[in-house]
Amino acid sequence: MFIAAALIILSGAMGVIVARNPVHSALFLVQTLFGVAALFVLQEAHFLAAVQVIVYAGAIVILFLFVIMLLGVDKVEDLNVEPIAGQRPLAVVIGAAGIGLMLTVLVIATDVISGAHSSTGPLGESDIDEIAKSIFGDYVFAFQLTGVLLTIAVVGAVVLARRAATDPEPIPESAYDELVAAQIAARESTLTAEGGDGTAQDGEETTDDGEDSADDGEAET
Amino acid sequence: MMFAQVPPTTDPPVPTEFSTPDVDAWLILPLLVLIGGAVLLLMVASLVKSLQDGRFAAYATTAIAASAAICVIPLWARLNADGASSTFNGAVGFDGFSLFITVMICISVALTALVAAQYLIDEGFGGVEFYVLMLLSAAGGVVMASANDLIVLFLGLEVLSIAVYVLVASQLRRFASTEAGLKYFLLGAFSSAFLLYGIALVYGATGSTNMSTIKDFLAGNLLTNNALLLAGFALMLVGLGFKVAAVPFHAWTPDVYEGAPSPVVGFMASVVKAAGFAALIRVFVVTFSTYASDWQPAIYALAVLSLLGGSIAAVVQTNVKRMLAYSSISHAGFILVGVQAATDDGVRAALFYVAAYSVMIVGTFGVVTVFGGEGDHAHSLDDYRGLGRRRPALAFALTILLLSQAGVPFTVGFFAKLEIITAAVGAGSQWLGVIAMLAAVIAAYLYLRIVVSLFMQDADEEAEPVRLRTPDTAVAAIAIAVAAVMFFGIVPGPLDDVARDAVPVLVTRG
Repeated sequence: MFIAAALIILSGAMGVIVARNPVHSALFLVQTLFGVAALFVLQEAHFLAAVQVIVYAGAIVILFLFVIMLLGVDKVEDLNVEPIAGQRPLAVVIGAAGIGLMLTVLVIATDVISGAHSSTGPLGESDIDEIAKSIFGDYVFAFQLTGVLLTIAVVGAVVLARRAATDPEPIPESAYDELVAAQIAARESTLTAEGGDGTAQDGEETTDDGEDSADDGEAET
Repeated sequence: MMFAQVPPTTDPPVPTEFSTPDVDAWLILPLLVLIGGAVLLLMVASLVKSLQDGRFAAYATTAIAASAAICVIPLWARLNADGASSTFNGAVGFDGFSLFITVMICISVALTALVAAQYLIDEGFGGVEFYVLMLLSAAGGVVMASANDLIVLFLGLEVLSIAVYVLVASQLRRFASTEAGLKYFLLGAFSSAFLLYGIALVYGATGSTNMSTIKDFLAGNLLTNNALLLAGFALMLVGLGFKVAAVPFHAWTPDVYEGAPSPVVGFMASVVKAAGFAALIRVFVVTFSTYASDWQPAIYALAVLSLLGGSIAAVVQTNVKRMLAYSSISHAGFILVGVQAATDDGVRAALFYVAAYSVMIVGTFGVVTVFGGEGDHAHSLDDYRGLGRRRPALAFALTILLLSQAGVPFTVGFFAKLEIITAAVGAGSQWLGVIAMLAAVIAAYLYLRIVVSLFMQDADEEAEPVRLRTPDTAVAAIAIAVAAVMFFGIVPGPLDDVARDAVPVLVTRG
């Protein structure tokens, strides 16, 4: 059972990064999250399993899908262009080193994984009771602090989403900005010239507003 | 180092009857003032339209931060009478260390609000939300300084950082600001994940997230194999090293400092750095004290790299904000020298340095804000030429603040560096002291370069001079900073005594 859940999780996680279509990635993510829910069931934490499915698989991935759909699914990023030379081989090396390190730690540390009991009490009849005791007992301050975090998220979202009504004109203030603007303009002109098979979508353009995305739309069609 | 001696318990008692924890709300009064003030400010300003523009929010923020700082005075008296304690089932600590950092953060917030007051109106962004985010972010910093539980520490870090990500990106009209915000957000989220993973590994190795429980466990038990614990140390060091901008986790600093609105940079350099070092001291020097010989070499390396990397890279820059970014990396190296000592002297020196640096850097970025002119963009060394003639008083203030950063005698920066190096030598790290002095000399060249371009060089004849505004609130904040730098540079005693009393203590629930 554990092995089955682990296989579901790992294959899902691989799928997330291997899939070329962002929608497929999101669906693989659902698979991973279901696998984690299965692990919770194995630990007899049924409430957590239910929360995992409802919150993550239900709400968060749906949000992902919304965003992907709104941004346009058919805009396929050209993965063959490397923004920074040598980035990918380096990522492979570092990733392999990280996995190696983790495996080493796991192998070395199996006999002494824990020095103390890690749960504050055995799960009794219902794990909801235990969670409630933790949240309103030891971690009540952390729980309240989460409220502050949510306040910041709301205020921050408003600040970033609101456009100044008076003067939306961006200030090109340094040579660097002008360079970026020139690059974007150049790329757009090549896109339009090629009839736009939609090869360029990266950070610089997505951070830009109205005008550019309108131009992109033209280029795509 | 003093802490409550409690026999190590390997098997926490299972509570049969649930009871909510005892909460002593007085102990977190400054925190409540900051959060409550922020929410109240937001509410009042959304109900009363006329208060949304103008300087009301800035003054209110200054008042809230000042009253939070004043709340500390009775708490300090209570601390001296009753000793350190903890509340919320041992999740929040109450000691001199947390109070010290709280006061510093509040002062930085008050000064930043004054610097930003007219700037935000002129630049036409921010508004009330800017100040609300600043207050909430400061509350996160206070939580980090008083955290007695790793989960609380992490949440404090998130509250602090997420608000700052938004502040950095808040100047939507400028490309660089949005870009800096995105960059800081992505790298910051990454480093938070590192910290969280480290906390998880430490939890796995010790069976608790409560710092005092961890400390007692490590003191009372000898792990036959501590790979998991050490991996946890390493990951937590990466996460916190990012927040304090220590080399090699510094790559974001120059770009973010250059792109962010200048008052926000002052806020980041003081509050974020102070909170980061508070967490570093609480976690490593206090909680993991029994494993000092394991983590000291890592911090030693970070300190050397930050000192030399920061000062050498700063010298070749031509943008003043980037220069100050690299010099802040070098300052982080200095504070790490104090952390590395892992002694009471080291903690005291680090606290003194953090306090001195906070005031200096807020004042410095106050002047930089004014000199940036319209659009906050004239920050190259060439733009600063001849300002000594056009704005003599401000240029003189900037000179004092920069000399203080360089560690010239009769400024507070001198004593800060002196104490750090004394602490390092006292802890047996003579070579680290030598490297620190070397870095100070290299960095002095950088500060003098700015001063030279202020006073010795004339501006280009053809170039149209940048229009400068000198708002009175910013001038007031700069004057306060300069006065503090001069006062504590001549009479360092009071600050030093307070820093001496501000020892970090971990108290178990009780």
